[in-house]
Amino acid sequence: MRSKQSVRIANGAKTPVAQIPRLDYDTFADAVLAEFDSGSRVAAYFAAQAAEGGLELYAVMARERNANFALFRTPLGERFQSLTPNCPQLHLFEREIAEQFGVTPEGHPWLKPVRFHASWRTGHDAWGREPGTHPRPGDMEFYQVEGDGIHEVAVGPVHAGVIEPGHFRFQCHGEQVLHLEISLGYQHRGLERLLAGGPHPASNRQMETIAGDTTVAHMTAYSKVLEGLAGQPAPPRAQAIRALGLELERLANHVGDIGALSGDVGFLPTAAFCGRLRGDYLNLTALLCGSRFGRGLVRPGGVGFDLDGGLDGQLLATLDGVQRNTLGACRLFFATPSVLGRLEGVGRVSRSTAEDLGLVGLAARACGVPRDGRFFFPTGVYKESFDEMITDELGDVFARARVRHREIEVSLNLIQRLLNVLPTGETASKIGPLSPDSLALSLVEGWRGEVAHVAITGGDGHFRRYKIVDPSFHNWSGLAMALRGTQISDFPLCNKSFNLSYCGFDL
Amino acid sequence: MLIRLFWHLALLLGLSPLLLGVIAKTKAGFAGRKGPPLLQPYYDLARLFRKDMVISRTTTWLFRAGPVVGITAPLVACLFVPFGAIGAPLGFDGDLIFVIYLLGLSRFCTAVAALDTGSAFEGMGAAREVTFACLVEPTVFFVLIVLVRLTGSFSLGGLFGPALATGWHTAAPSLMLAIFCMLVVTLVENCRIPFDDPTTHLELTMIHEVMVLDHSGPDFGMILYGAAMKLLLLGAMTVGLALPVSLGSAPLDAAVFALAMLILAVLIGVVESVIARLPLLKVPQLLIGTSLLSFFALILLLR
Repeated sequence: MRSKQSVRIANGAKTPVAQIPRLDYDTFADAVLAEFDSGSRVAAYFAAQAAEGGLELYAVMARERNANFALFRTPLGERFQSLTPNCPQLHLFEREIAEQFGVTPEGHPWLKPVRFHASWRTGHDAWGREPGTHPRPGDMEFYQVEGDGIHEVAVGPVHAGVIEPGHFRFQCHGEQVLHLEISLGYQHRGLERLLAGGPHPASNRQMETIAGDTTVAHMTAYSKVLEGLAGQPAPPRAQAIRALGLELERLANHVGDIGALSGDVGFLPTAAFCGRLRGDYLNLTALLCGSRFGRGLVRPGGVGFDLDGGLDGQLLATLDGVQRNTLGACRLFFATPSVLGRLEGVGRVSRSTAEDLGLVGLAARACGVPRDGRFFFPTGVYKESFDEMITDELGDVFARARVRHREIEVSLNLIQRLLNVLPTGETASKIGPLSPDSLALSLVEGWRGEVAHVAITGGDGHFRRYKIVDPSFHNWSGLAMALRGTQISDFPLCNKSFNLSYCGFDL
Repeated sequence: MLIRLFWHLALLLGLSPLLLGVIAKTKAGFAGRKGPPLLQPYYDLARLFRKDMVISRTTTWLFRAGPVVGITAPLVACLFVPFGAIGAPLGFDGDLIFVIYLLGLSRFCTAVAALDTGSAFEGMGAAREVTFACLVEPTVFFVLIVLVRLTGSFSLGGLFGPALATGWHTAAPSLMLAIFCMLVVTLVENCRIPFDDPTTHLELTMIHEVMVLDHSGPDFGMILYGAAMKLLLLGAMTVGLALPVSLGSAPLDAAVFALAMLILAVLIGVVESVIARLPLLKVPQLLIGTSLLSFFALILLLR
């Protein structure tokens, strides 16, 4: 019966929008919750202007065991019954919809702005704010704890280090954190609105700057959406080079993170070595495409740069030395008792919390939740060459560090295998016009977690709605929960162990 | 007397920032970096004293008093502590308590100045600092009682004098424990790893650094200089315990003392390089352990 309520599509595929049944809201709610209860989770959940007029609500549920996605849609009125009480991982998605379209999810337990921008439909505002004014980031009611010895600590948006802006509000009892509320939106650039009517000439550049440290993953997701809509997959060699870029991105960030964790606990050697090694991985990416952050590497239809002139041999040779140093620095880190004593048991997220909140990526894997887009929704070279999903158990800072360490080993191995059997042939194909009135989605496992892009085209083959879900969107709530009951002095360490993106969240 | 005062002040004012430079250089060596020049702390102080200050409107005179006491208290306290074989210029019976509470006074004023800013961070830092200070105090006093018992003197000049050299023949185990305890005290009181991380920028994990976040320019320079003197003072007590020898000539003694202090700075740099910082909750446990160790040193002596 449920198959009549939804459409199932694979990663990177498209479907005509008309084929997704337009359920009434109650049927939609029941179907989505039933899908959730059967073990699926929310990959994307967003509203769009319907072709018929009015608003529509789309749910994209990831079905890990079936390696596909279930799509649901329903017309959306000015008010709708919130599903968050039954499905907590929707809480931020529903807040986002309320903010973007000025509709009200009734019964939402935590209805606050997400990015502090004015509603896209002028005159409709979920919080009844004055139309035409720009809301100030952080302008909301923060949760407050009262009582003897309770104090409040506010951190940011301007921080002591050179990092992105975000506001953190701690409710503390002495050194113990009772509650942490995170308020972001300082870097909102309106990317989803900029993409409406696209793809524009500037769209490539915009995709690469959704989150600068996840350039390759976001650009790959975008390219796959376009290729899905055009019905032309990228050539095999291009797919392999994309995977190289993606794994180098993972290595650079994982190595940098282990170094940063080491710096935060005051352990000098690994901090210094990993800081340098991160640069080595960035330089390898620069060898591929001339940009240390992989800009220009991935392009819709293929890749912008080929591996020519013995570049694969050069990469392998450089990687050999870098690999030895990386593994050495990591081994030292994980063999030092004072480091382990500092990491273990700090910032725990239980497996059930991780599943309820719908955490993704390495933060989820560290809690023992098997969740890896390369494993469950593989495309391209990952279909044959990836079978080592790393999970850990305890969900503490140590587990998140250890997942990184083991993923570094897996990625190094993967890159070497890829370079040894690189497919030959074209590296790019010109993609044709996008099919009209269709929905395409792609999910790419970036270093932080899954990057999900969904595009809906209008009758002219241009984007009617483009939805971006950065892994940070799922995971910031995980950080807030990790802090419950820990010491406030452990916050920087927990924060670093998640290392979430502010701009990826703010879009 | 005047010559002693001269050597004392020369060592105190000249040597103390160098210790910080040596620690930074050692750490840089472990990290495979070149590191800042050895004299960087002097350049920093010179730069800070040339700067203007930004003072929050919410603060009162207490905020300005913090740095002044923060530099004068260690300066005065140092005059009671012998630097190796160079005797203390000042001293009276019971000055050991005076010196410890001079340091307490400087801490009190720094903490009050921090509270005066009204910042949540600085209040948190002040709470941590005074908590740890309470736990360090027993250790310091037990070590001093060991020395008093051994030398029969009630002044710091006497404690670290020739009587201590003979004490090494009879009570070496106690003194070894005392040296270890003083080393820990030196690390805690000067906010070094594993107790605090003087180089971190993470305000939520700081202990001492967070209390002085609002100070700038000359005020901050005074705080840094005062902290360097405190390092020298506690280091001098550690070195005095370990090396109660005199070569007979003031310049030679000064050189030996300076060398010993530099070795201590290298040692601190090594400790900071090879171990990570303790979780904040573990620090009190370790300090109580050190107190017990110093008590044990006393028991060994009374046996």
